[in-house]
Amino acid sequence: MNAPSTSTRQGAAVPEGLRGRIGDALERPGVLGTVMLAPAILYIVAFVAVPFCIAIALSFSNATVGDPTIDSFVGLENFRAVLQQEAFVTALRNSVIVTIATVVGIVVLATIAVELLARDFRGKRLVQVLFMMPWAMPVALSAITWLWLLDSQFSPIDWLLLKVGVLGPGGPLGPAQHMYYLGREWLGLGSVVFLDIWRTLPLATIIVLAGRLSIPRERLEQAQIDGASFMRILFRIIVPALAPVLIVAILFTALLVIGEMSSVALLTRGGPGHSGQILPYWAYLKGIESGDLAQGAAISLFLFPVLAAAAIVALRFASRLHRD
Amino acid sequence: MAVLETRALMKHFGRIRAVDGIDITSGDGELLAILGPSGSGKSTLMRMVAGLEEPSSGDILVDGRSIVGIPPKHRNVAMVFQSFALYPHMNVRENIRFPLVARKVPEQEQREKVDWVTGILEIGDLLDRRPTRLSGGQMQRVALARALVRDPELFVFDEPLSSLDAQIRSQARGELRELHDRTQITTLYVTHDQLEALGLADRVAVVHNGRVQQIGSPRELYENPGNLFVAGFIGDPPMNLLNLGDTIVGARPEHLLLETDTSAEDVALNLDIEIEHLEFLGAEWLIYGAVSGGIPESERRQRVIGRLRQAEPPPMRAGEHRQFVIKNANARYFDIATGERKSTPEVALA
Repeated sequence: MNAPSTSTRQGAAVPEGLRGRIGDALERPGVLGTVMLAPAILYIVAFVAVPFCIAIALSFSNATVGDPTIDSFVGLENFRAVLQQEAFVTALRNSVIVTIATVVGIVVLATIAVELLARDFRGKRLVQVLFMMPWAMPVALSAITWLWLLDSQFSPIDWLLLKVGVLGPGGPLGPAQHMYYLGREWLGLGSVVFLDIWRTLPLATIIVLAGRLSIPRERLEQAQIDGASFMRILFRIIVPALAPVLIVAILFTALLVIGEMSSVALLTRGGPGHSGQILPYWAYLKGIESGDLAQGAAISLFLFPVLAAAAIVALRFASRLHRD
Repeated sequence: MAVLETRALMKHFGRIRAVDGIDITSGDGELLAILGPSGSGKSTLMRMVAGLEEPSSGDILVDGRSIVGIPPKHRNVAMVFQSFALYPHMNVRENIRFPLVARKVPEQEQREKVDWVTGILEIGDLLDRRPTRLSGGQMQRVALARALVRDPELFVFDEPLSSLDAQIRSQARGELRELHDRTQITTLYVTHDQLEALGLADRVAVVHNGRVQQIGSPRELYENPGNLFVAGFIGDPPMNLLNLGDTIVGARPEHLLLETDTSAEDVALNLDIEIEHLEFLGAEWLIYGAVSGGIPESERRQRVIGRLRQAEPPPMRAGEHRQFVIKNANARYFDIATGERKSTPEVALA
């Protein structure tokens, strides 16, 4: 009768059954790591790496929506053809302008917003929630809002400007009663920049806020005691300390905005004409709407080498700053 | 040089009274330590002097002028934080120059001041380094240089030694005192470490519960504690405080004497102590025991600590009983209800 009791005692040390064995295997760091990483790797391979490789293959082929097989290699022919289109050059220029303007706007506004949110005041939580709203809002909903705000006939902004006397006969922007935000080249681009800033500011602010809150309070108090004004503390103490996170925020917003076509698609559709065109939307129009898969792929890949290089340089720089 | 004075200074955080009516007047060029346990209000007091907190009421004066309401940058008060708070993205030279640049001091004068201060603190060879490449002691010197470079009226030190390694702390203490003697700048030195306060300061203010418990020279505090808190806080191990039922008598560990030939009129208390254990500390022995006779019956078994200034083992063992005397000259009496020092010994011996 001794045997069963021994086996129970052993059973306590070495778990039995399937669950026990799985549990045991997961205890090993190698196995656990693989299991935890597998979904992420599968996801990246299936939805990022494979489409990316197909896009590269497409850009060197003559595939169209009617004949999507990648069977003939045409070299850089698609890139050459794309470069000769006037709309492409405009789109390239606009993409760069929109991205730079958005990033500059976001860096300035996020730094200011973070200074506000790092302080204690009544109703801070409400402000935080309101501040994060644009990020949580569905794109379609915000599009309706902005289409109304920027409407050529019923824009409330125009109405306000009219009331204040800026628009209309005699006003500095008159005599027209409307601004036609989306119907003019630069106002249209400006509206796109505005919408992009409005949408990505919360993300950038969260990134920068994390960096701001990690600055020890004593360092800021020391600067106060050392006689520094608010502006000097901001530019000589806070911004240098924020540099690594600012670079990350710039990188994130830049990559997000340069590949983003929904704001243009919703507001101006690249108009008027092609004057407000940007690269991703032009790639979509070419590749999907016009059915030229190969040229669409070439357009969307056009900035990839530049962006990849910029990202690597920026991340290196950030990590070096961080180590210092 | 300047005289710092606080008048009925109070600071409330919600319902918590961090500083509860503090009156302190420093001497001109004095090194005044503020000593207290954590949560005593000493940091709040210091932050109010530096201008980082506004008092709830009361006044802070430098040379008779109120500085309440003046922002820190317009006060001529320099501060050294516990963490030293060096600016990590600036090298040592830029760190030291920062207060001068912020005050728009002319370039030539800046250079002269930096040369002068780096000479005093002997950090000339560190000027091009980043703070991350400095040792704790070097960081402290740079922080001192940055505080000193602008000729402040008042220095405020927040535990400037507690982030240093134990080995260099006593050396740094000496250097700090030397620096003070050289510059003669009135200094408020905030610490929880009595060794620093007693060893460094001209006078020490013991702070507890937001109030000054006693202010005096280190010797005054040690020899004549004004109340039970100071008696129990100053000294390591602290004063033995024996409850005699109607009064409390205090005696330093080194004042528990093994002598038996003391004449009767000199003796305040004659204690029978049961030895519990002995501790060897190199130059001295600590004797831990429980009182088993010499005080009223109901108050027996109180723990006491004795100190024997010798390296040889004391002639006793755990479990044995020994007679210890406390002389009148060494006995201090405290009121049991208020905890305040009593001048007359109303002792009822058993």
